[in-house]
Amino acid sequence: MPAPLSLLDRKLVFVTGKGGVGKTAVTAALGSLAAERGKRTLVCEVDAKGNLADFFETGPTRFEERQIQPGLWAMSMDTEASLKQYLTLQLKLGLMARIGPLARMFDFVATAAPGVKEIVTVGKLCWEVRERHYDIVIVDAAPTGHIVGQLAAPQAINGLIQVGPVRQQTGWMLDILGDARTTGVVIVTTPEEMPVNETIELQARLQAETNVDLAAVIVNRVLPELFGRREEEVFDRLWEPDVRELLEGEVGGSLEPLLQGARMAVTLRRTRTEHLERLREGIDQRVPLLYLPYLFARAHGLRSTRQLAEALSAELGF
Amino acid sequence: MPPRPDAEPTTFESLLAAKEIAIFCGSGGVGKTTTAAAAAAMAAVRLGGKVLVLTVDPAKRLANALGLKGFGNSEIRVPPAAFRAAGQPHPRGELWAAMLDTKQSWDNLVRRHAPDKATVARILENPLYQNISGRFVQSHEYIAMERLYELHSEGHFDLIVVDTPPTRNALDFIEAPERMAEFFSSRFLRLLIVPYRSRLVNVASRPFYQVADRILGSQFLQDIAEFFILFQTMYDGFVERSRAVSRLLRDSRTTFVVVSTLEAAPAHEAEFFINVLNSKRFHLDALVLNKVLPSYFNSDPAGRRAAALVERAPELAAKVAAVTDGALEAPHVERVLTEVGESFANFAVVAQREAAQRAELSAAPSVVAAVPSFDTDIYDLGGLLRLGEKFWT
Repeated sequence: MPAPLSLLDRKLVFVTGKGGVGKTAVTAALGSLAAERGKRTLVCEVDAKGNLADFFETGPTRFEERQIQPGLWAMSMDTEASLKQYLTLQLKLGLMARIGPLARMFDFVATAAPGVKEIVTVGKLCWEVRERHYDIVIVDAAPTGHIVGQLAAPQAINGLIQVGPVRQQTGWMLDILGDARTTGVVIVTTPEEMPVNETIELQARLQAETNVDLAAVIVNRVLPELFGRREEEVFDRLWEPDVRELLEGEVGGSLEPLLQGARMAVTLRRTRTEHLERLREGIDQRVPLLYLPYLFARAHGLRSTRQLAEALSAELGF
Repeated sequence: MPPRPDAEPTTFESLLAAKEIAIFCGSGGVGKTTTAAAAAAMAAVRLGGKVLVLTVDPAKRLANALGLKGFGNSEIRVPPAAFRAAGQPHPRGELWAAMLDTKQSWDNLVRRHAPDKATVARILENPLYQNISGRFVQSHEYIAMERLYELHSEGHFDLIVVDTPPTRNALDFIEAPERMAEFFSSRFLRLLIVPYRSRLVNVASRPFYQVADRILGSQFLQDIAEFFILFQTMYDGFVERSRAVSRLLRDSRTTFVVVSTLEAAPAHEAEFFINVLNSKRFHLDALVLNKVLPSYFNSDPAGRRAAALVERAPELAAKVAAVTDGALEAPHVERVLTEVGESFANFAVVAQREAAQRAELSAAPSVVAAVPSFDTDIYDLGGLLRLGEKFWT
């Protein structure tokens, strides 16, 4: 069996996951790490939430790529701007692109012909890859419920539009998306019930409905293990009056919140371990699973991006 | 912010007793689906009547929590046995559940509004229609609200609790009916259809077709045109319907509930929802904060004791070993004390961050409920009701 492709050796990485699992934070961390490792890196936010910028402590990102760190560029997807660029560069319709009503027409056609917005998004990203503007393009893509629609758009359009330049365009996109050495999907999850369910479901849908390879599953917010088996016995003993009263006398007050807090942490960790096991069973063994720790100190900002990037670096064996 | 009547509801119970529709919104992963289901279950038990929970999420989560398998577009009653198993043998009302089937709902809509059977058949066969109704998610938002309207106007339920779809912009669905009405009355729609009706394209619109043709190809344009010509037969009914849906969302019988956790990103988004709902004059009445850490993590004295456990771990461990006559070994005790103290300190940091978020979010809605982190996942109606108890009164 060939060694699995290293995540950062691909050219186009779509990062997806159930809402709330930290998809954007992981995208930012992957981008940071790729840039630190000397790759000319573009991170692109597809969802218009605009918080990718928060993870780099930089101003809002726009459609035009902007360098935000050495080796690292950021942009946010804007389907209309992307269409204009496409008309100008691919169809040599520069003049047309400047016509005022075009925006409204696009909006209209895009609403009428589903898949147009998706293809304009995916097309722009594939184009950056084909033109080799960057070593790697990392996409903060749509969440699990929407990503398949996005990645399958070229096929869908292929089925809808029989002739014309749009049809010709989908061919090379499908080549880029379907080449596992070039393109991969990363599913971010947390060790919780629904995120794990959706990860396993998405794996199946990616296989059935797209030609895109699943590059890795990244498990975010893994809680530390508090006690080994022997220590757990010791912990249980702390609740008994003799030990507890001794300690309460020493620290000058009730141990109740401390013991309750530790018990909660142990229970949380245990429940999550069960979901992790389910994930390991449900995911194809060839797909690498990477683990990132729960960050107690910072949930946001550049500092958390750095910490996650370090953890990813260790997980990827750098 | 809209002015509030004097007798404003102060608990979930009084809020839902006064409303016919409760729409739960929030970003993904905050427990929105579960919270909506728990609220519906509580309403069925405590308030009585027929309560329906409508989930519009493509992921089939609600089915898990309600112990229902494979429920679809039609409403299914949660069996009384499920209430007995949950320790509630005599709920005052009935709980029903339905999940939105986008494709089926679109088909029903076409059947209702199309003038005759032949048109229905032609629309249902149009390739573009099949794509809009089945494959792509944007149509979800409109059809969700449309289905809500349908269920409400049929009058079979006293209360309908809606779990909103995880949209890119989680408030898309409130504007979906208006956008749908706009879409079907668009000037461009007429423009697009003209050449396939009259074959005469006037000079002014010619560049439009040239561009459209070059980008999309004429066959595709023809498909689009046919689709809209067919759809126009339903135009009046459709637009009128979208407007009615829009009105229902703003009706005082409809309430919005924002669900969030206190993590930075979801809380940020919840703040945004609250602002938009208020500024657009929807009736936002409640905020549910999920997975909130226990309040003891915010206690300073407990924090100092945790620090002492860590700092004095070796000395305390020796004393514990002595008092247990060596049954507990000092090195193990030392490690356990250190872990207990450090774990407390870790979660205390998170709890402080959460407290700050909570203060920011709680200003606007009249009902604010905090639900603690649950030790275990919710698998059944009993779990939903235990969750519901936490925010109900």
